Formats: sequence, C-alpha cells, structure tokens
Amino acid sequence: MAIGMVIAVGVGMLVMMTGLVTSLNETRAAYYERYRLAEVFAPVTRAPDRMETRLAAIDGVSAVEPRVVGAALIDVADFDLPVQAQAVSLPDFRKPRLNDVFLTDGRMIDSDHTDEILLLEAFAQAHDIRPGDRIDATMNGARRSFQVVGLAQAPEFLYTTAPGELIPDDARFGVIWMSRSALAAAYDMDGAFNEALLSLSRGANEAAVMAAVDRILDPYGGTGAYPLADQASNQLVSEEISGLEAAAVGVPPIFLAVAAFLLYIVINRMVQSEREEIGLMKAFGYTNGEVGAHYFKLVLAIAFGGALAGCLMGIAGGRALIQVYVAYFKFPFLVFQLDPASFVTGVSVSILSASAGGLLVLRSVFALTPAAAMRAPAPADYSRTGAIGHTLNRFLDQPSRMVLRRITRQPARMAGAMIGIACGMALSVSMITIYAGFDRTIDLTFNVIDRSDVTVTFTHARSDATIFNLRRMKGVTFVEPVRHVPAVLRNGLATHRGVVSGLPPDARLSRALDSDLADIPLKNVGIVLSTALATKLSIRPGDTLTVEVREGRQPVLQIPVTAVAESLLGSPSYMDLDTLNRALREPNRVSGAYLSIDEAHATDIYAALQDMPTVAGVSLKSQAEVAFETLMNTGAGAIRYVMGAIAFVITFGIVYNAARIAYAERSRDLASLRVIGFTKGEAAFVLLGELAIVTLVALPIGSVLGYYLSFGIAAGFSSELYQIPAIFDPASYGFAAMVVLGAGVASGWLVKRDIDRADLVSALKTRE
Amino acid sequence: MARNTFTTKGITKVYGEGRSAVHALRGVDLDIPEGEIVVLLGPSGSGKSTLLNIIGGLDRATKGDAYFQDRNLSEMTDKQLTRYRRDHVGFVFQFYNLMPSLTARENVELVTEIARDPMEPDEALAMVGLRERVDHFPAQLSGGEQQRVAIARAVAKNPTVLFCDEPTGALDSTTGRAVLNVLKDVNEKLGATVLIVTHAASQAAMADRVIHFADGGIREVVVNHTKLTPEEIDW
Ligand SMILES: Nc1ncnc2c1ncn2[C@@H]1O[C@H](COP(=O)(O)OP(=O)(O)O)[C@@H](O)[C@H]1O
Ligand SMILES: [Mg+2]
Repeated sequence: MAIGMVIAVGVGMLVMMTGLVTSLNETRAAYYERYRLAEVFAPVTRAPDRMETRLAAIDGVSAVEPRVVGAALIDVADFDLPVQAQAVSLPDFRKPRLNDVFLTDGRMIDSDHTDEILLLEAFAQAHDIRPGDRIDATMNGARRSFQVVGLAQAPEFLYTTAPGELIPDDARFGVIWMSRSALAAAYDMDGAFNEALLSLSRGANEAAVMAAVDRILDPYGGTGAYPLADQASNQLVSEEISGLEAAAVGVPPIFLAVAAFLLYIVINRMVQSEREEIGLMKAFGYTNGEVGAHYFKLVLAIAFGGALAGCLMGIAGGRALIQVYVAYFKFPFLVFQLDPASFVTGVSVSILSASAGGLLVLRSVFALTPAAAMRAPAPADYSRTGAIGHTLNRFLDQPSRMVLRRITRQPARMAGAMIGIACGMALSVSMITIYAGFDRTIDLTFNVIDRSDVTVTFTHARSDATIFNLRRMKGVTFVEPVRHVPAVLRNGLATHRGVVSGLPPDARLSRALDSDLADIPLKNVGIVLSTALATKLSIRPGDTLTVEVREGRQPVLQIPVTAVAESLLGSPSYMDLDTLNRALREPNRVSGAYLSIDEAHATDIYAALQDMPTVAGVSLKSQAEVAFETLMNTGAGAIRYVMGAIAFVITFGIVYNAARIAYAERSRDLASLRVIGFTKGEAAFVLLGELAIVTLVALPIGSVLGYYLSFGIAAGFSSELYQIPAIFDPASYGFAAMVVLGAGVASGWLVKRDIDRADLVSALKTRE
Repeated sequence: MARNTFTTKGITKVYGEGRSAVHALRGVDLDIPEGEIVVLLGPSGSGKSTLLNIIGGLDRATKGDAYFQDRNLSEMTDKQLTRYRRDHVGFVFQFYNLMPSLTARENVELVTEIARDPMEPDEALAMVGLRERVDHFPAQLSGGEQQRVAIARAVAKNPTVLFCDEPTGALDSTTGRAVLNVLKDVNEKLGATVLIVTHAASQAAMADRVIHFADGGIREVVVNHTKLTPEEIDW
C-alpha cells in the first residue's frame, strides 16, 4: 500500500498545485475585474484634460480614466529615512472608472478635504499606521501633513516596488490615494493629467490602441503606453504564479514514475511467488488474458485507489495552501476553483504509469507455461562469463565473489538500482546546487556587483554639481554618479521596457562584470547588456540595438552591443555615463548616486539627505538585501524548500527501495548462508557490499546527471526579476553525496536489522 | 556403548498463541547415538522438520532441553548457535539452497573458507561424483546434481552431524538412490552422525535406527539390525 501512497502523493501534488494555480489565476482575474483594473497604462509628462475625449474616441477603447500620479516621501517613526511612496489621484466626487480601490479599514476620502488620504494597507500595517493617524509627506519638494482616513488595497499594487529598485517590499514603499484636485495642486497638474488608464472593448487590438494612444499623447511628452502584462505588480504576480505552475508540472511526474517502478517490482514478486497458482489456472484452461486480467485488475485497483486518495488529499491540501497564498498575494477574497482537468489528468496519468509497470509484469505472466510454473524456478543463471578475471578471482573470498558476480553478471538489475540511486543523487545535487545558486545570487548582487551602502535617487536628472555636494558630506567616503534613463530596447520584434544605466568609466561601487567577475570596461560607444536581457532580446555582442529613450527629447538611438554582463537581479544594461549624456544631448547630468559611508555617521547622513530637496529617495542596501531574501524565501522561491524536502524523501525512498528489493531477491540466499554457519555480519556483507558498490558507482553518475538537471531546475526558478545560476560548487556535490551515502547507510542499517531478525526456518521454506 | 550425539528432554514447540496455537512438538525425549544413520519417519505435518531445526540450531524450543554432546543448545546465545552450526553441522534441504552466483566448487568453498577443519573442496565434490562439473553454476546442473553439490557443501567441513530434510523429496528414484548412497558413504567414511527426515517409509530400511514420528511426538523407535543399501530399497 506504500505504492498507493506514492501515487496518492503524486496525484495529490498535481491536483493541489494545478488547483492552486487555477484558483490564483481565477482569483486574480476576478479581483482585477471587480476593481476594474486598466488594460493599458499611458504615462505622459503633462496632457491637458481635453485629451481624455480624444483617447476615449480611439477605436477599441471602452473607458478612460485620466489621473495624476507623483513621487512622494513619507516620514515614518520607525525608520531614519523617509520612505518612498507613490501618490495616486482618485476622481473628485465620483468613483474611478478604472483602477478602483478596495477599502479595508476606515472610510473613503472626502474630496472637500484636501488633506485626507487613503494609505496602502500593507504599508500602513508595516508601520503600524491606523485610520485617524496623521502623517507627514513630502510632495514635489513641499512637506505637508495628512489625515489618514482609511486603508486600502488595489489590484495594481499587489506588489509594490520603489522606483529604481527591483525588490518589492511592503515597508519601504507606500501608496497614497488622495483627491484629484488636491494632488493636481501639489504637482502643478491643474486641468491636466500625467497618466491615462484605458480599458479595451472586447476584441480590441491592444497594439493598435497603444499606437493610437502614443500618437495622441506624444506632443505632451507621452513616454509610451504599455499593457497590463508589463505592469510591474502584475508582472511579479505572474512570475510567482508561473513559478508555482512549473512546480506543478515538474514534481508530480517524478512521484508517478517512482510509483510505476515500485508497482512493477511488487507485482513482479507477486507473480513469482504465485507462479504455481498461475500455472494451475493455465493448466485448467484459463487464457493468458484471463490470468493477466487478474493481475492487471490489481494494478488498476492500486492505481485508482491511490489516485482517488490523491484527489482528496489534493483538494484538502489545495484548500489549506490557497489560504496561505491568498494572504501572500493580498487578494481580498478567494475564488477557490479546482481544475476538473487535473483530476482527469491525475487519475489517467497514474493509471497509465501504473499500467506501464503492470504491462511489463504481464509479459512474465504470459511467458509462464503451465509446466514451468508448477516447478520451482530455476536458479538465476550466472554462467555467462563475467568480467572478473581468474587472477582477480584468486584474491577474493566467496562472499566477495557473490557480490561481484551479481554486479557483473546481472548488469541489468544492478543498472536498474544504480540508475535509481543515481537519479536520487542527481535530484539531491541539483537541489543543493540551487540552494547555493540562491545564495550566490544574493552575494553577487549585494556584495560584488553593487558595493555601495546607500543609493540616492534624485527627483529628476540633475547637474553633476549635486555629486560634489554629496562628496562634501561628513562621513561619506565615496560617491559615484549614475544616470538611469527609461528606455525601450528593441531588437527586431523582441522588446524590453527598462532602464539604461550610465556609469562612470572607473566605476567602483556599481559595476558591469563579466562571468569571471572582472570589470567590463564601458567603451565610448556601445552598450553592455545583462545576460538575461541579451537572451530576451536574442542579441549578441557586435549586433546593433535600438534604444528608444523615454525621457527628455526621447531620441531613438542605434547602439552597438559591446559585451554581456553577469547579473542575477533584474535585467540591467550599462553605458558609459558621458556617452549616454552626449547621446541625449544633456551633458553632465546624473539621476542618482551610489554612496559608501562611514557607519558612525549614518544617522547624520540620512538626516542631511532628507533635507536635500533634490533627493527623491534613499535606499539602504542592507534593507534591500533583507527584502530580497524575504522575497526569495516566500512565494515561488519558497517552493525550493518543499522541492528539496521532496527530493530528499525521494532519494531516501529510492535508496531504501533498492536495498529492500535486493534483500527480497536474496533473502533465501542470506538465510542459506546463515544456516551453513555464516554469522549475521558475514551474511549481511553479501547484501550490503552490493548496496555499497552500487551506491558508490551511482554517485559519480548521479553527479553528472545532477549537473545537467540543475540547469533545468535553475531555469525553472529564474524569473524576469532574478536569475538563479546553476553553479558548479564542489561543496554542493559533496553534501549531496553525503545525503545519498547517509540514505545508503540508513537503508543498509534498516535492512541489516531485518536480516538479523529473519526467521531462518521460514526463510528456508519459502521458495523464490 | 557409544555416547549420544543428541539427547533431548521434553522438547515442546508451540507456534502462535491462544486458541490458534499449533503444538508442533509435544514433549520429545530422544537419544541419537554417535555415528549412526537415523531416519525420522512420519506423516507430513507431524513435526519432523521442527524437531530437526531445533536440534540443528536453526530454531528454539518453546520448552525443554536439547543437548548436543554435553552442551545444552537451549541455553546458547545466537552467536554460539551460529558457531555450533559452523563447526559441527551440515545441512541438506529439499530445495538445495545453493548460491546461484557461485560455481559448484565455489559453493563448497563458501563453507571450507570458514570451517575449522575442512577437506579439500574438490575432494568433497569427488565424493558425490561431481569431479567433472566443479566449474558449473547451479543453473547448469540438474536437480540431482544440485542436491549432490549441496551434500558436498554440507560434508566438506567434516561435520559431526549431517541433517537432511527430505533430501530426495524433489528427486526421481535413480537420482534419489544416488543421493542416499552419498549419505551412506559420508556416514561410513567420515563417521558423521546422519539424520534423515522423510515421509517415505521405504527409506527407513537403510537406517541404523528409525524414529517413527506422529502428531508432534515419538511413537516408536526401532533399531534396524538388517540395514539395506540404497540400491536395495524399493522406491
Ligand atoms: N512457522 C510456523 N508457524 C506456524 N505453524 C507452523 C510453523 N512451522 C510449522 N508449523 C506447524 O507445525 C506442524 C509441524 O510442522 P513440520 O515440522 O514442518 O512438519 P513435518 O516436517 O513433519 O511435515 C505443522 O502442523 C505445521 O503446520
Ligand atoms: Mg518437513
């Protein structure tokens, strides 16, 4: 019944994971629909209100909502630094047509009171802010006090990431909703908007709509409409869900394959021990089909029972797990939906895989002639000349010969066990490699590529004189300018919406590094792309990339790709700072700076930065690193622990199973050895020696398999946000080998216990 | 008068407990003198194998004592029983129990490597008439030949006692006679006590002593003064 359990786990995982994915997708879709999330987002510098009607007139647009958004800083009690936030307008005296909010606490704002705001619930909770509290925020350089009247969630802010940062973090980025008129006043947007939200009518051509929007908004500094698919929060949610989906597709088949294998072994043993009955039935005139059907029914019963139990387990597990994920994704409600297809798939796949195992056994049922079946089976044939030479033979005692003969003369059986254990080793190796990969991503990102302590972002591109001001601050040991320019990178049909970073030629804090972690010199011409980006755009060094700058004059540049840089976080691209500025015809401009600071002066420095009106945000690397680790340890990244546990269980299961099978096959021989006077230890040697050799041979094979498998798994865990490298780390292989050897020793011990306890008399009675 | 190889006092063996308990042996008192061929005869299920397994050191009695020479098997530890089997006992079973991965000679060597005072493996195989087939694997030998290898393996250690549980049970008459002949030779040449368990009454004719067994106890012990050779036995 252990087999039924394995099948149940496999099917249960399948049902649970697909149910989870379906439910999350459905819940997301329902949430988006209920709160009317826009399908196209069109940022613009400043467009007059009358453009709204022109946008609404575009063929295929069903609704338009213009709004004002702006960067803000919120003072919070528990941080030295103010937290970056996005201020978003809500229409005066009506509900928004698009991008509505879900009020979780308090009340909606009253448009007559310009100091009333809603705050993003997750942010408020992270800082223990409640409706009724007052907070101070800086908008467009002016500090104001606001009344928090309510907390809210919104489908566009499931995940929130501060501008210039990649890692979502509830505590370090807030969202403020306030009335359109109040916000427009703060950002000089009276009678104008700087973002248009659009929804599409059924069957509308999204690309055509976006092109039309761009044409209309272009004169007003439109920086390019983008679809919901490219919206930051939605992108992250999609990544997470597809991470779960990958696990849903990848893990259950392993269980089902193991189950098929076990079923094969067990039924095969059953057929062997019931050969007399089979022979009798055949002698009485039962056909092969009828006898076979008897065994096949058993296989099907186990498979079906397991699958059924699995479905129930999957439903229960899915229900429990979905709650965790709903909370994690901050969905305000849950649409629990099981994918009926997953039941069908689960049941049919388990029956198919069990049948595959069963069919192999049936072959041996068919092959039994009634006469042969009635006789005891002939001893296994070892007479084929083996690989052991006679010279070698002379040095071996008989038990060692038994071990070696079995390995050299029944290679198929041994290969089965060996491949099984090698697969276990491969699983362990690749999972441990992945763990190392996650650590490596963090280390490379936060200690090697970015060596700064503090990142300062300016409200907009500034003269590089600002850099001198920073350098003069007490406790600042090094300042490195950077210019981030939003741009769309295009190579043929492949596009990427992102940021080009201009770095100084002798960058020390934030650098472009090649795969050997050596600095890549940024040539005067040319752009360096991160590996992920080069892959996404399918472009190689030497090719020319189209860069559509989305800032200032918005030039379209043709730039040669000079190198590919190692990066595990985001998809950065780098250019020489001066070259970038020249291309934009904005010399000596910077948009931010990386700082090295003396920890002793940290508080003073934060205070000074806070007082600089040009500073839009300050982020500390230590906080970013914690946020990144949190991200990788929750959500899809956390699946690696589940998979690791499963990999370990499978590895142990395979090794233990191999030991058990070997024991079952040889229990009679071992009993015979005991009878003729071998001690328990001597008898066990015959079996454990075999297990040891098989395991030792499996280790290197498994390592090679694991090496390749880890690339696949690493790719599965990598997302647009971060890449997990499959690194060759000898320590991981060593650890995996320890796991397998540990499983081998434990299995050996368990089997040895059975050998010791075996009842000699009954072992002699049973025939093979 | 020769001393006894085995003496048992009130050996009882009960399988299971309560209402479903099976009393396989109900207090067996028995003497087996050294150097004799003893046949244990009785219907199937009468407890012969159970008795043989207990005095062979493979199993333990529920109650009672079994002495090998002057040592009480019932008081031995598992280790001591292993030692006893290794040094003194040869076993021959109905289903041969050879190691399929070893040749005939290697199967014998399995024992000679660990025995105290073994004979040459080839000598043992010659005794059973298998000199020509020493390098064959069990799969290449007939049933009778496999049984003879099993006997060679059992005698190669120069055992004090040879236990044979239905040694001819799976063999035809000619092969069976040959096997019994080997047992007789072993008894004569090595002086080993030979205990043969069988339900075939005719084989009793070759014994020095026949113990009639029924229903878990000894019904009768007959000393045979007119031993026949295996060839003379009706099969
Ligand atoms: N392991 C066991 N468990 C339960 N009953 C057993 C066991 N071994 C033997 N028996 C019972 O003990 C009795 C004697 O068996 P056995 O000594 O094998 O008889 P024989 O060898 O004379 O045919 C039988 O009734 C048998 O069913
Ligand atoms: Mg018997």
